[in-house]
Amino acid sequence: MGGNKVGAPEALIVHGKRLDGRTPDQFRPMTIEIGTLKRANGSATFKFGGTHALAGVMGPRPYHPKALQDPQRTIVEVSYAMAPFSTKERSRPGRSRRSTEISKVINEALANVIVAEDYPRTGTELFLVILEADASTRCAAINAASLALADAGVPIKDLVISCSVGRADGTLLLDVAGLEDNYGDVDMAVATIAKDDKIVLLQVDGIITKQEFMTLLEMAKSGCAQIYDKAKAKLYEKYAAAPSEEVI
Amino acid sequence: MEQNAALLVKERQLVVPGEVLARGLEWLPSAGCYRANNEVRAKQLGLVRLKERFVGVVPLAGVYVPRPGDGIIGVVNDIQSTFWIVNINSPYDSILQLGEAVGEYVDTTKTDISVYYDIGDIVYAKVLAVSRSKSVQLTMNDYRAKKLAGGRLMHITPSKVPRMIGREGSMIELIKNKTGCQIVVGQNGVVWLKGEKEALAAKAVLTIEAEAHIEGLTDRITKLLEEGV
Repeated sequence: MGGNKVGAPEALIVHGKRLDGRTPDQFRPMTIEIGTLKRANGSATFKFGGTHALAGVMGPRPYHPKALQDPQRTIVEVSYAMAPFSTKERSRPGRSRRSTEISKVINEALANVIVAEDYPRTGTELFLVILEADASTRCAAINAASLALADAGVPIKDLVISCSVGRADGTLLLDVAGLEDNYGDVDMAVATIAKDDKIVLLQVDGIITKQEFMTLLEMAKSGCAQIYDKAKAKLYEKYAAAPSEEVI
Repeated sequence: MEQNAALLVKERQLVVPGEVLARGLEWLPSAGCYRANNEVRAKQLGLVRLKERFVGVVPLAGVYVPRPGDGIIGVVNDIQSTFWIVNINSPYDSILQLGEAVGEYVDTTKTDISVYYDIGDIVYAKVLAVSRSKSVQLTMNDYRAKKLAGGRLMHITPSKVPRMIGREGSMIELIKNKTGCQIVVGQNGVVWLKGEKEALAAKAVLTIEAEAHIEGLTDRITKLLEEGV
């Protein structure tokens, strides 16, 4: 399908390898950093190769206007935004149809794990900024968000971990990137709660058979499990040397 | 149901959200944990605390959530006719009732209660009660409770308060002795300092905040304070 569009490469898969040299079931190099921002209650950055997401959590803090406070739980507000310089062509800053939708689906995915009842009458704001975009931005944003929530001490039942899968030139791929996103046939974002084998976000773009879909889903699940282990290890690393002796 | 009850963690072990702490119905989830079917799991990042059959997690991050009995430092935010609203560095404001603050009869029709505490005053108070919807009541009915005049306030992460105080107050004693400052630490992560060498003490507080998790903290603070003298 790739060859039909203007500017498309000859082939997206050459000798079983992808354009960036990865095998079909290989991730781009991942970088995770926790506690990136000083002023936020919790923060994290998550990178999939050229996709760079930054998450900051403010709260739980008093929610205003007071009339809209929920006496039972904290109100979680998610705002996903792409920085104007994140893409090749300048992307218009501010809200867009796309960012509103992504904020909503991320909020709904995270609502499955946030224990909102622990902080009644408050608001928790989650800011997600894509500093550099190279496909799978919502997946990187979800991963950063989970880690930032953990860093902020917001009670969560588990980390929500996400990755993308797709198809290009008839090959099923893990972690769709760059030209594969632009000229591939299928792009699917999956977010999971690994421990309970639950899927909390699933968006597919393209036409696929049931067989392919099931295979892609399994690929995404095992991909998420890999990221989960890395994310957890990062959290341990940051807090490993935390105070352990003194008590009041 | 199969009962292979087992505790999977040790006391003071670092755990992350979602981590399974115990299996079976023998163990009960306490603060920072939840039950999912047959398992007790952590919902916050922190250190495990075991007490009898209860498994809990003491969080290492997060905002201050008031609990009855906590000694806290607050700033008077607002005055109503019979109570004060106190900011306690938490998502929840607290209320200090007149009766809990003043030991004498006050005729509110004739007295402006700002003579006792005015907006901007700093108080060391005790948390009297916290309701289910997190409305917080303070009391000055405690031997430690007092108004803190002058000085400066600093904020540290509430989970680092034990480090700030040190074992049996060793760290705070150290700073007091070396700088001659008065220091009060609230469990809400607010530190009050007053004295000639306030700046040096403040530097020590900032160092503790930044390096609480690195070993040999006491030695470094001693060195810092001695160099400053």
